[in-house]
Amino acid sequence: MFYIHCPYCCEYREEEEFHAKGQAHIARPADPDQCSDEEWGTYLYFRKNPRGLHHEIWVHAIGCRKFFNVTRDTQTYEIKETYKMGEQPKVTSVSDTLETEEAAQ
Amino acid sequence: MQKYSGFGLLKHALTYHENWQRVWRSPKPKKKYDVIIIGGGGHGLATAYYLAKEHGITNVAVIEKGYLGGGNTARNTTIVRSNYLWDEAALLYEHAMKLWEGLSQELNYNLMFSQRGVLNLGHTLQDMRDIHRRVNANRLNGIDSFALDTQGVQELVPIMDCSANRRYPVLGASWQPRAGVARHDAVAWGFARAADAMGVDLIQQCEVIDVLAEDGAARGVETRQHGVILGDRIGCVVAGNSGVLAKMAGFELPVESHPLQALVSEPIRPILDTVVMSNHVHGYISQSDKGDLVIGAGIDGYNGYGQRGSYPTIEHTLQAIVELFPMFSRVRMNRQWGGIVDTCPDACPIISETPVENLFFNCGWGTGGFKATPGSGHVFAATLARGEAHELAKPFSMYRFYDGSLVDEHGAAGVAH
Ligand SMILES: Cc1cc2nc3c(=O)[nH]c(=O)nc-3n(C[C@H](O)[C@H](O)[C@H](O)COP(=O)(O)OP(=O)(O)OC[C@H]3O[C@@H](n4cnc5c(N)ncnc54)[C@H](O)[C@@H]3O)c2cc1C
Ligand SMILES: [Zn+2]
Repeated sequence: MFYIHCPYCCEYREEEEFHAKGQAHIARPADPDQCSDEEWGTYLYFRKNPRGLHHEIWVHAIGCRKFFNVTRDTQTYEIKETYKMGEQPKVTSVSDTLETEEAAQ
Repeated sequence: MQKYSGFGLLKHALTYHENWQRVWRSPKPKKKYDVIIIGGGGHGLATAYYLAKEHGITNVAVIEKGYLGGGNTARNTTIVRSNYLWDEAALLYEHAMKLWEGLSQELNYNLMFSQRGVLNLGHTLQDMRDIHRRVNANRLNGIDSFALDTQGVQELVPIMDCSANRRYPVLGASWQPRAGVARHDAVAWGFARAADAMGVDLIQQCEVIDVLAEDGAARGVETRQHGVILGDRIGCVVAGNSGVLAKMAGFELPVESHPLQALVSEPIRPILDTVVMSNHVHGYISQSDKGDLVIGAGIDGYNGYGQRGSYPTIEHTLQAIVELFPMFSRVRMNRQWGGIVDTCPDACPIISETPVENLFFNCGWGTGGFKATPGSGHVFAATLARGEAHELAKPFSMYRFYDGSLVDEHGAAGVAH
């Protein structure tokens, strides 16, 4: 059973108040009309699915009903941090860093 | 391969069952194989068996990080059926069903395949419309499928509360008489034994830690225990770990791994002789030959690689079961466990070539691939042998998520089994 800190309510609440909503920080293509099928398909369906650190969206469904981000280890299930929408994670893995570097290049 | 028979059992009784042949060898891996299969679950082992049997390819290794059939194959609730809505899926699952029907004899291994029928209940008007649509679609595909009303369901399962004053009254069901259950371990062991007898190397306790590629083509795998093993073609059948293997090979899949739980009760006298599932109250139940009630329902909503899940999910599952069977409210639960299921956005599998040449994936079976084990192995073996998708596998390419030709089976696969 997770005990999740909602960054809006600023309180720990039990898992049953929340729903997991999948991978976080997926950028919507700036100009969808110009996307190839591959780019659009990748945006819609292809996911990281890491065994280890994962950044994901949760919603405080029967609390404040706000969406927020969680960094969680998908193997140990340990929650490392929760942070508001629009913020960046503080806890990151090596592959996260590599990807940001690649994107910057 | 020593043939199993009733007479053999008697003969071995004379020597106190101490002289049985080992069921399979434990070979040292060779340097190179024609085909490497990563993952020794039911699907991987079936693939190896059909490669050897149908395509004469016996220089094959199955590489398994744990023990054979210890993944989802060992953890599932063994429901077998083929009443899927869309032609593509229905044909694939029915192909598997036909193979199941002769498999115990073919493998000379008792799979305890029991065609006791499966009911998919409807509780609302819309449920019933969907059921009629699916039943009709099934019949057009030559699959045995019937729509029952409340009374028809009550006659089949007298112990279920079908009264009109329930919160979710049972309005009817779809009924597939040829569906049923099979012994999960036996399927893996039966395929393993028969594949081994034809020369396939089953390599256990050997974890693949990298997929080796050169100029965009796969050449082999690196393993933690036995170093590099080369292969001309590689088939990856690792269910919940598909994302991890895809990452090793350098691409992503439209697959997410979730915990899926099941539980069994203490053994009780025979009381339920069919399989009952409900998408709407969200639970399913059958009774094993040992007498325990086998119960399951849904995945945990978050991604997870731990082979366990959350208690709220178990609670919801049991609420559904007690809604249908108030008499089970006092049965005690004995064991509970989880597997890692590889769910796909359209609730259908991926049997596909990949961005890496000579590397093929068979995954995305998610919560419902046990029923497909022989069919999946059969079409994947053909795909690996020819280097191009088997006719039945073609609609299940991973590239369907680019062109939008998804096969949406969320209705037929609404409750996770
Ligand atoms: C609780 C539960 C209930 C279910 N109920 C049903 C049901 O009623 N009916 C139904 O049809 N389906 C059901 N399923 C789904 C079904 O179990 C699976 O779809 C099916 O068993 C998948 O078989 P597989 O051989 O592909 O996977 P698995 O049996 O999981 O085999 C994959 C193997 O790959 C190995 N592996 C992973 N990574 C590596 C690596 N790096 N190197 C080497 N080996 C590796 C694993 O150890 C594992 O043995 C259920 C699943 C669960 C968890
Ligand atoms: Zn909140």
